[in-house]
Amino acid sequence: MRRIITATVLNQSGVLNRLTGLLTKRQFNIESITVGHSDDPGISKITIVVQVEDDRKLEQLLKQLHKQIDVLKVKDLTDMALVARELALIKVITTPDTRSEIKVIIEPFRAAIIDVSLENVTIEVTGDNEKVEALIELLRPYGIKEISRTGLTAMPRGTQKTVYNLNQFSII
Amino acid sequence: MKASWVADEEKSKVQMMSGADMLMEALEKEGVDVLFGYPGGAVLPIYDALYKKNIRHILTRHEQGAIHAAQGFARVTGKAGVVIATSGPGATNLVTGIADAMIDSLPLVIFTGQVATSVIGTDAFQEADIVGVTMPITKHNYQVRRVEDLPGIVQEAFHIAQTGRPGPVLVDIPKDISTALGAFSTPKEVTLPGYQPTVMPNLLQVKRLADAIATAKKPVILAGAGVLFAGAENEILTLAEQHRIPVANTLLGLGSFPSDHPLFLGMAGMHGTYAANIALHECDLLIGIGARFDDRLTGDLNHFAKKAAVAHIDIDPAEIGKNVETLIPIVGCAKHTVSALLRESTSSGDTTEWVYHLSELKSSYPLWYKKDGETLKPQRLLEIIHEETKGEAVITTDVGQHQMWTAQYYGFSKPNRWVTSGGLGTMGFGFPAAIGAKIGNPELPVVAVTGDGGFQMTLQELSVLQELKLPVIIVIVNNQSLGMVRQWQEIFYEERYSQSLIPVQPDFVKLAAAYGIDAAVVTTEEDAKVKLANALESNSPFLLDCRVTSDENVYPMIAPGKGIHQMIGVKP
Ligand SMILES: Cc1ncc(C[n+]2csc(CCOP(=O)(O)OP(=O)(O)O)c2C)c(N)n1
Repeated sequence: MRRIITATVLNQSGVLNRLTGLLTKRQFNIESITVGHSDDPGISKITIVVQVEDDRKLEQLLKQLHKQIDVLKVKDLTDMALVARELALIKVITTPDTRSEIKVIIEPFRAAIIDVSLENVTIEVTGDNEKVEALIELLRPYGIKEISRTGLTAMPRGTQKTVYNLNQFSII
Repeated sequence: MKASWVADEEKSKVQMMSGADMLMEALEKEGVDVLFGYPGGAVLPIYDALYKKNIRHILTRHEQGAIHAAQGFARVTGKAGVVIATSGPGATNLVTGIADAMIDSLPLVIFTGQVATSVIGTDAFQEADIVGVTMPITKHNYQVRRVEDLPGIVQEAFHIAQTGRPGPVLVDIPKDISTALGAFSTPKEVTLPGYQPTVMPNLLQVKRLADAIATAKKPVILAGAGVLFAGAENEILTLAEQHRIPVANTLLGLGSFPSDHPLFLGMAGMHGTYAANIALHECDLLIGIGARFDDRLTGDLNHFAKKAAVAHIDIDPAEIGKNVETLIPIVGCAKHTVSALLRESTSSGDTTEWVYHLSELKSSYPLWYKKDGETLKPQRLLEIIHEETKGEAVITTDVGQHQMWTAQYYGFSKPNRWVTSGGLGTMGFGFPAAIGAKIGNPELPVVAVTGDGGFQMTLQELSVLQELKLPVIIVIVNNQSLGMVRQWQEIFYEERYSQSLIPVQPDFVKLAAAYGIDAAVVTTEEDAKVKLANALESNSPFLLDCRVTSDENVYPMIAPGKGIHQMIGVKP
């Protein structure tokens, strides 16, 4: 089960190391992890995408994260209405023939070409996982030279569907 | 104009001091009167500052000795044990003790020297990234980057180590921070927004437990070390007596319930009593208090407390539901929670039959060993230690068979007299821990029960005994083997004794003599009684090399992968 979890942390040295070390030690499989500071430079927000087997494991993960001294808040966003985005840079091999074709392909994705050379173009795309994956698959036949992805960052939407299951966890 | 003049005046009154002096000042503020440590280049400024102070420093002969001693001190006093070591090898020598303290929740504050900030990260002489190394085995750790931060960090470190679920906190101090000058200041109170341990329980959950107690026919209390940390022994006793609920202990919880009480079932787990384990297997309500359901306790989880509603009281929310599915989770300190429970729970279920059934099991399947002939049985040796110390001593152990026999046969009836390495199972722990325990509680006799194997891992601390004339009695349960390893090889590896027999041992009596410590060989029961009595009487350091039967095994036992009800060796 893929979960999207955010941790709000004090921006102390080593805090990212602490969290990733904790996840490794407890055998959680990290898919992606992104960090950046919030509007307060002393406070950072970490978004973790992680594979978790079951609810018990998930509860344990949230509690262990929360237990860290530098962690202020832990939130599982998976079942919430949320906005989740990833940025990917994709360098695709081009020939004079394919260049305009690629332009057409990326357009519906609202992706942009941000660098051009004789042999390739670099495309920037932002979106959720599926969107990024879909674009990559479409571009693959042209020959992808390099991909750089940021991993997911996310936050809950301003409006939430009313109830989600509050009793899911014994205590957090 | 005037205002700024005043401000300048104030400023000039602020005394500038070095980081090392700040550390001493901060330690005094925390009420620290003893340190365990070992000097070296990176902590020389700190040792120089210590020279001017009236804080006792115990120079062990290895950093591992210092940290185990601090653990023993913490275990019997409930206060943080404080350790200082130098950078690099000094710091890495602490790692075993830090991991041990972490898993057994012992409060420690550890100061390590670090190379100067200008060379950190260059593989400088005696540089080790101890903050990185200890991240997964400390409750929290710090590296001081600005001298002004030092007093505040020390204050936080003690706060974190001693509150909530206790644990080790490491503070790494680069050498140039120790010598840099700054103004000493600490906030009035520690404010850590991300660290707010829940001490008071949620009353709704307490009420649920009270209701469960009111209807349970087969309840059992499993009391762990959390009861001792909280000082909740009396509350547990009242709870058990008021509702007639039998009590089992975890290994580390021994001493939290009187061992001679009719409701006491003994220790549960791998080498626990049959009655305690069957109680956990058959109960309809299991009340775990300050116990973390370690796999050595539960055996195969598929068979653990399957018929029970599990209630779990723990100050660490992450422990609840970690291993055992919990119906009634209560986060809180054991003392406050059980007090609240006592106020809440007015009626109890009828437990008469259950209590009778378990006391039947207790008397039909007692701990046993074969009493034969001349040789000294290790189990009997432990009974003799109990008799001679009247059960009053602080007992520390190493890890192995002797540890389990001590847990089974010493009979702990009072809190904070049992010092052992439970979660990590660290050989070499017992003897240095005894030194720390004696320094922490000089009033009580202290006996270190060790194996002939484990004692040789930290025996250099005999030097400390000699120097301080500390009346610690070392009892080597000498079975000429790495007994517990030998036992497993006998039972599970068809008697292939690969590297577990050590028939050639040093002459422990001569060894002790080299350190100026009285010692004797013990070969019979009579010997044990007389020599132990003498040793206790002498009120000086003493070593007893007790030659016990070498092929004895610890029973009963839950074999690995088996359920708690499938014990072997229950009967002779
Ligand atoms: C540092 C360390 N290394 C290895 C072990 C594995 N181990 C557990 S018990 C044991 C044998 C202990 O022998 P001894 O100290 O003689 O005690 P006995 O079991 O004979 O009472 C060993 C090697 C350990 N617990 N700790």
